[in-house]
Amino acid sequence: MQITVNGERHDVQATTLSALLAEMGYDATTRIATAVDGCFVAASKRPALALHAGAQVEILAPMQGG
Amino acid sequence: MTLFYGTELASRLMLGTAQYPSPEILADAVRRAGAGVVTVSLRREAAGARAGQAFWELIRGLDVPVLPNTAGCHTVREAVTTAQMAREVFGTDWIKLEVIGESDTLQPDMFALVEAARILTEDGFKVFPYMTEDLVGAERLLRAGCEVLMPWGAPIGSGKGLNNLFGLRALRAHFPDVPMVVDAGIGVPSHAAQAMELGYDAVLINTAVAKAGDPAEMARAFAMAVEAGRMAYIADPMEERDMAVPSTPVIGQAVL
Repeated sequence: MQITVNGERHDVQATTLSALLAEMGYDATTRIATAVDGCFVAASKRPALALHAGAQVEILAPMQGG
Repeated sequence: MTLFYGTELASRLMLGTAQYPSPEILADAVRRAGAGVVTVSLRREAAGARAGQAFWELIRGLDVPVLPNTAGCHTVREAVTTAQMAREVFGTDWIKLEVIGESDTLQPDMFALVEAARILTEDGFKVFPYMTEDLVGAERLLRAGCEVLMPWGAPIGSGKGLNNLFGLRALRAHFPDVPMVVDAGIGVPSHAAQAMELGYDAVLINTAVAKAGDPAEMARAFAMAVEAGRMAYIADPMEERDMAVPSTPVIGQAVL
């Protein structure tokens, strides 16, 4: 299935958001936040979040800010 | 005592964490500033890249309250989603709400800001809105549930100081009981002192410290300026006059 992660296209096997994170190599302990199609997805909701072809996934990490 | 959503800060100097030459210099600057709050953000990071995690460990080690921002957001939806993501990552319901309306000046979009502030407040956020010094906008933000206001001094990163003294004075006078922070545009410690002398409760600085030749030394200079400005405000400054008034008594002066 083709989806977009952080602006880049990926062909993935995963069908849920938590499976996608594992497939892409994100460690379960890594502090990240996720959104799909512009909507926030809490960590607790990731296993139940079904991905669809063309989904826009954002994976964000802490960063310096003003 | 000034309470920001019920919390008294250890210092009235809020410090941004971006653009420092190194993480060590950032940590040193935060310590020497005695910062009451540090601002942080969220960005895309590939799996395997550890910069975000390393940054988060550094911030946690500083033991200073964090204020996540929604920098770079141009729409209500972007800002609301970013705030929700920040709340989970940083474990705080405080959010410095930025909704930018104009790219050259990074001027806040007050209309979108009010809408985003209303949505976030209803969702339990404690919103610190980055705003222009607009009185009507301030009234709307307070009505939307904001209990703190953060007017700009000048465009972000410009270092121009307080661009509209009259407007900032008017805002302070109209809402005397609302905690207010001058955020953005401050370039040197005298600008920060001036904001505090006007009665603002705190200032938020980033570029002026991070881009100084010696950020840690500049952080200390800002801390002293903020303290001096606050003391001066409490001490109730004299009235400005257009004409001279002799300070040495004229009675008893010799006629020579």
